[in-house]
Formats: sequence, structure tokens, C-alpha cells
Amino acid sequence: MSARRSSSLLAITLLVLGMALSVSGQGPERGDAIRAEDKRSGYSFVSPETRAMQDDDLANPGFLWVLEGQEIWRTSAGAAGKSCADCHQEAPASMKGVAARYPAFDARVGRVINLEQRINGCRLQRQQAPALAYESRELLALTAYVALQSRGLPVQATIDGPARASFEAGRAEFLMRQGQFNLSCAQCHEDHWRQQLRGLPISQGHGNAYPAYRLEWQTLGSLQRRLRNCNIAVRAEPYPYGAQEYVNLELFLAWRARGLPVETPGVRR
Amino acid sequence: MAKALIRMPTEAKRGEVVEVKTLISHPMETGYRRDSMGQPIPRHIINRFVCTYNGQEVFRAEFFPAIAANPFLSFFTVATETGEVVMQWTDDQGTTQTETVRITVT
Repeated sequence: MSARRSSSLLAITLLVLGMALSVSGQGPERGDAIRAEDKRSGYSFVSPETRAMQDDDLANPGFLWVLEGQEIWRTSAGAAGKSCADCHQEAPASMKGVAARYPAFDARVGRVINLEQRINGCRLQRQQAPALAYESRELLALTAYVALQSRGLPVQATIDGPARASFEAGRAEFLMRQGQFNLSCAQCHEDHWRQQLRGLPISQGHGNAYPAYRLEWQTLGSLQRRLRNCNIAVRAEPYPYGAQEYVNLELFLAWRARGLPVETPGVRR
Repeated sequence: MAKALIRMPTEAKRGEVVEVKTLISHPMETGYRRDSMGQPIPRHIINRFVCTYNGQEVFRAEFFPAIAANPFLSFFTVATETGEVVMQWTDDQGTTQTETVRITVT
């Protein structure tokens, strides 16, 4: 009798304590339970051979896209007859740190956009050229080339001000159970990241290496492609490419990965 | 074939063993897959790679369908004299890509 009473007291105490912690913001924020010192890039979850591929710019097939991106950067396109370089000059200087800040709120379109959409915005507005299709070789190449200029810099997305609503929607997406398996992103990448799934380690789900070359794909792919794969893996219907739901999630993931270095173009299994 | 990345020293001492690393962009379609309509996708792979050094063949490779897309190749040769190292990839459609690197031997 007294044992039962004390255990229920303990439960209530823990519940109240938990609520107090979450109200005061002392406890781990939802979707961000991994401690800063435990935060690990997906790089540390892949095999030594795959890591070696990423470390050597010549063995890293992502650099084939980078090379192509560099060419596109210098080639004029569209009715305006301008190239990226005409406005932004040399990418290593002008694009340094840009990818680390994306996704970001864009006042012109009034919502949070990712790097791919920013590039396409430039194409439409400045170059007066048709937007590049999502996941097309050209868009991946240009995104990889721009993101490479931030390699090694810490991911630092802004989530305050006008980006807040998008960020919270992204967090909700991360925590939402979905698909026939009824799993949320957090259940694998937050609660069970130290463990194995089908013989492979579960990563923490950081997007700091994207666009990345995945050996499984045999090609470079965007973070949205990776997110779609996760959706399909839990048997959920993926959103279309460029969906705001993914952009919101990308923003949340960027905040969650804050401080990790940009690794684009990363190599993953 | 579009892009190739090559790394090898452009200067070497006579008799030095130099490493040549190459990476080329290619789909390496195996020929065993089918498209969404169930039709077989024809094989389209790089089937041959030849490297010559001042006209003399120093390395050759035959490629097969099990080789991954965007194949990476690394091999060694001995720097004998100043000249050109020419690398050539040939694929199933008969397309060839040639890259040349000049090496100065002292």
C-alpha cells in the first residue's frame, strides 16, 4: 500500500519536474536532445573507406559535380545574358559561408527557402532563365559548387524573427509519427542513433554533407532526396521536391546540426 | 562522358615512381536493369582505359558491368623522361575521352 503510494508520488514528482524543466527551458528541447558534446556528423557513422573517399578531393566523385558547377557559374544564361560570376565574381570569396546559413528567410518571396531555391531565384530574377529542375544535374552541380565554398565552416541557420514559424513547422515534422511504420524522424535519429538498423549504424540525421554523393545512389543527391528516402523507408508518402514541408524540415535540421562543419560534397553509404 | 579529374605530379626525378589517380564521370549502366516500362536498359559502360607515356603504353584496364558509376582508378608508373601522359577512356557507345598531362622529368 505504502509502496504503491510512494511510487505514484515519485511519478507525479517526476512529471512536475519534467514540466518545470521544459517550461524553464533547462531540459533538452524537443527534437534536440543530443548533447552538444555528443553531436556527430554522419561522417563518423560511415566506413573508413567511405570516409577516405570523402577526404580525398580526387577520390570523391562529388567533385565531378563541383567541376561542372564551376563551369555553370561562369557561363552566361537566360535573356539577361549574365552568368553567376557577372554579379557574384569569384565564388570562393563571394559564396564563402553562404551555404552554412541556409535555409533562410527570403523577404522577396516571403518565406524560408533553401539553397537550391535561392539559386533558382537568381536564375529567374537576375538571369531571366528558366528555373533548373529539382535534382537535375545542373542544379546539383551549382548547389554543390556554392556549398563547397562553405566547407569546414559551422552550420548556423537563423531561426528567429520571420523564420520562426517555418522552424516550428519543421520541428513538428521531425517529431510527427508517419507512414505505415508510424515512426517519426526523432525515433530513429534522436532516440536510437547509437544503435544498428539492418546491420548499419543509425546516424544522428544531420544534413551538413549535402548535396552528397551516396554510394547507394551512384550519384550526387540533395538533402530532399535523402529525406524522401526516409519517408519511403517508413512507408510514408513523400512530399514532392521543393515542398515547403521539406524546406521547413531542412531549416529545423540545420538548427539541430548547428556547429557541425559543412562537408559538401560529402560521401555517404 | 563529360568530366575527368586527374591527379599526378607534373614534375618528377628520373626513375621516380609516380602515382596517377583518375576519376571520370560515367553512368556505368550495367545492362541488367529494366526501366519503369519493363524494357531492358542497354548496357552503357566504359569498357577500356589506356594510358600511354610518350606513346608507349604503360597501363591498360578492361572494365566490366560490376564497376561502379563514376569509376576511380589509381596506378603507378616510372618517370623516365619529360613528355606527355595520355589517358583515354572508351565506352560502349564508342565515345572516347582523352586527357593529357605533361610531366617534366629532371
